Amino acid sequence: MYGNDFSAPDDATGGGLLGEVEAAEAELRAAAARQRRGGPAPDEDLAAYFTAVVDAEQKIEPRDWMPDAYRKTLIRQIAQHAHSEIIGMQPEGNWISRAPSLKRKAILLAKVQDEAGHGLYLYAAAETLGISRDELVRLLLDGRQKYSSIFNYPTLTWADMGAIGWLVDGAAIVNQVPLCRCSYGPYARAMIRVCKEESFHQRQGYEILHTLSHGTPEQQAMAQDAVDRWWYPSLAMFGPPDGNSTHSAQSMAWKIKRFSNDDLRQRFVDMCVQQAEILGLRIPDEDLRWNEERQAYDYTQPDYDELMRVISGDGPCNRERIARRRAAHAEGAWVREAAAAYAAKRAGQKEKVAA
Amino acid sequence: MEQTPLWEVFVRARRGLSHTHVGSLHAPDAELALRNARDLYTRRQEGVSIWVVPAGAITASSPDEKDAFFDPAADKVYRHPTFYEVPDGVAHL
Repeated sequence: MYGNDFSAPDDATGGGLLGEVEAAEAELRAAAARQRRGGPAPDEDLAAYFTAVVDAEQKIEPRDWMPDAYRKTLIRQIAQHAHSEIIGMQPEGNWISRAPSLKRKAILLAKVQDEAGHGLYLYAAAETLGISRDELVRLLLDGRQKYSSIFNYPTLTWADMGAIGWLVDGAAIVNQVPLCRCSYGPYARAMIRVCKEESFHQRQGYEILHTLSHGTPEQQAMAQDAVDRWWYPSLAMFGPPDGNSTHSAQSMAWKIKRFSNDDLRQRFVDMCVQQAEILGLRIPDEDLRWNEERQAYDYTQPDYDELMRVISGDGPCNRERIARRRAAHAEGAWVREAAAAYAAKRAGQKEKVAA
Repeated sequence: MEQTPLWEVFVRARRGLSHTHVGSLHAPDAELALRNARDLYTRRQEGVSIWVVPAGAITASSPDEKDAFFDPAADKVYRHPTFYEVPDGVAHL
């Protein structure tokens, strides 16, 4: 059933964020259809050409000239995003064998498989910038590139699967929908694909929480406990406040990023309040209230010192996550070697037949 | 170990449409590339046919080629039907 979410793109209930993804896709096609500039003129300044393409909302493609810093920023960002998808399989994978029914198990398996797929789309996009897959994997395993801080928190109960879907995937979607309009073509296209699939993730999480919160008092309490634990780490996913965000201004100018961290965080909070009411669950923030003047909710900021600690390696599960990834990579070596040996053997046989 | 080869993946969404590039992946040989492409790019019935092509086998024109590669087509407006004036009253043309 969960496949239907994707194969019916005209579904009117899709609205909201999914609607925005489709708008971004339409915009991408429209921009491509507009009078398109060819390559730069022989005597044209390459930097000026790059800026003109970006300002005209056209996409930069892999073989276009681009500033070194733009390339580096994209590699860092896309790689970090890919690593997050790969590490993100762990907290949920933790519950596959203990899902409460066969249906829930099948859904969770499909979701974790999606995360692997998202990681691969993104690695492929990063590789178009001239970095190799092996290098990217190495950077993750050596801890020289980061992944999202959120995956360093433990998944203690089944309700965490619901809270991750609703809050973590919800925050990820708010963050990622604007990336569908990123100036770098391969990243924008990968994000459109990711966001469409991500919406099933968010809905399945919401459904888990809704079922629990309308169940027994124990189930209700378990759902509330999960929301209590995941709320602030989810808010922290949007990164440090605008004043302290090192990469923001330049990324905005390059149209890699479209909105500031704080704007996106506010948008997420405003979305969640009504959704929480329907769930019958409480957002753990005494100071959460509607601000008529700002036409937005006032809310308590997450603990940014904690965010920095978790990013720098000192979260509840950092060591466990990286150790597990290293072990999986090492234990999978024989599969890669066997596949390569088999491919070499077959190539050898073909040559013999040809000769 | 040598890097596993890179493959470009093209998917035909429905009968009657052309194959469209959807992304790339690594696989040791063509057969596994095809299977991996099925698992990676068509988990939700996005296609009825897949092509995989070794990335190294693709020769691409360069966007910043100095001698403008596509220029020869730019001054041949007479290749478009709108170049020709049709007298009033002519039908079926």
